Amino acid sequence: MRALLLRDLRLAIRAGGGFGLSLAFFLIVTTLVPFGVGPEGGTLARIAPGILWLGALLSCLLSLDRIFALDREDGSLDLLATSPAPMEGVVAIKAAAHWLTTGLPLTFVAPALGLLLNLAPSGYGWLMLSLAIGTPALSLIGAFGAALTVGLKRGGLLLSLLVLPLYVPTLIYGAELARRGAEGLPVLTPLLMLAGITLGTAALLPFAAAAAIRVNLR
Amino acid sequence: MSIWEYANPKRFMQVSAAVLPWLSALALVTLVTGLVWGFFFTPDDFRMGATVKIIYIHVPAATMATGAWFMMLVASLVWLIRRHHVSALAAKAGAPVGMTMTLIGLFTGAVWGQPMWGTWWAWEPRLTSFLILFLFYLGYMALWEAVEDPDTAADLTSVLCIVGSVFAVLSRYAVLFWNRGLHQGASLSMDAEEHVSDIYAWPLWVSIIGFALLFVCLVLLRTRTEIRARRLRALQARERAA
Repeated sequence: MRALLLRDLRLAIRAGGGFGLSLAFFLIVTTLVPFGVGPEGGTLARIAPGILWLGALLSCLLSLDRIFALDREDGSLDLLATSPAPMEGVVAIKAAAHWLTTGLPLTFVAPALGLLLNLAPSGYGWLMLSLAIGTPALSLIGAFGAALTVGLKRGGLLLSLLVLPLYVPTLIYGAELARRGAEGLPVLTPLLMLAGITLGTAALLPFAAAAAIRVNLR
Repeated sequence: MSIWEYANPKRFMQVSAAVLPWLSALALVTLVTGLVWGFFFTPDDFRMGATVKIIYIHVPAATMATGAWFMMLVASLVWLIRRHHVSALAAKAGAPVGMTMTLIGLFTGAVWGQPMWGTWWAWEPRLTSFLILFLFYLGYMALWEAVEDPDTAADLTSVLCIVGSVFAVLSRYAVLFWNRGLHQGASLSMDAEEHVSDIYAWPLWVSIIGFALLFVCLVLLRTRTEIRARRLRALQARERAA
């Protein structure tokens, strides 16, 4: 298990540069927003939490094919399926590796991008907290979507169609937590709901994803 | 004699062939009764005028939109647990019907909302939930189309349907939390203080039953088509092999 985690992390960081790419993508999305809505500070500050959450969500989405598709192509997914490690554990580990290489770095650069979008300084902590709690759910849900589409030739667009509706609750609570934090409103409800979604997906989705992978490898 | 007997495709085809004409006629009669009664023999509302009558399409379609997803969930579970092919095909057959019902609900809601709320669309919990439901239908159907092997497709879509159901309910409450809206409360309920008055409620119930019958007919019809298509593919494969 630990070997698998280390292997996935090494692959993400060294080969193909997927690690840096999702960060760069996050930066580009954030840079483009003011061109679209105008440079006026008040507007940017108001939409900043939502934009940053959307950017995190999209850069998470774009790196999902890394989770299973590459392993499927070179045959290592079949090896993992026949290894003594349970498929549910493999899914959980791979989702964890995905989070460590996308969600976690995104969490750390988010305040810098918040600065670009004129986010109130009091909101940085809440933004980081919301991303830290919420992005694991994005990786887990994404792992489930990637497991569903792993057998398909051109699964990319389908993957986003399947995964994005599942992201709705996480996005709502995450962005709401960051917004309320920035505006100094009570944050307990979205905080608890977001944590609940992450824990719930961590507990249940590996089973669904493992079932999908077994079907796809049949 | 158990209900699983009808899971045999041959038996299912026989029974559905016998039932379908009667059921369609019944659906037609109920729908026409409900809609004509509602459209022409109920008074205009004192505030909403004649626009109130869109309720006879809007509410039944919306009911069926969620009902169809529920039916797909049950059929998917039956497929995963008991491996009856008819069940998987019924789930596949239900999706386009449910999606159309969702669209009808959204469209009639917009037509009604324009004069009443003064807007075609508002980011309001019920409307938003239905839009998300529509996206779920799209994803489900796209997955059916994308996977070539029919059994694999049935398995994957069933898993998606179950997970999707959980997330659809989650989204419903998340959206409620996100924005409280303008939509009316429940139109029909046993215990609520405020709902539509009896003069509108009776034709509405008839319309809902009519829409439900229509839904059953369409699903039966589409399931029969799917079974025939499956048989045809099997025949072609056999011919090619010979």
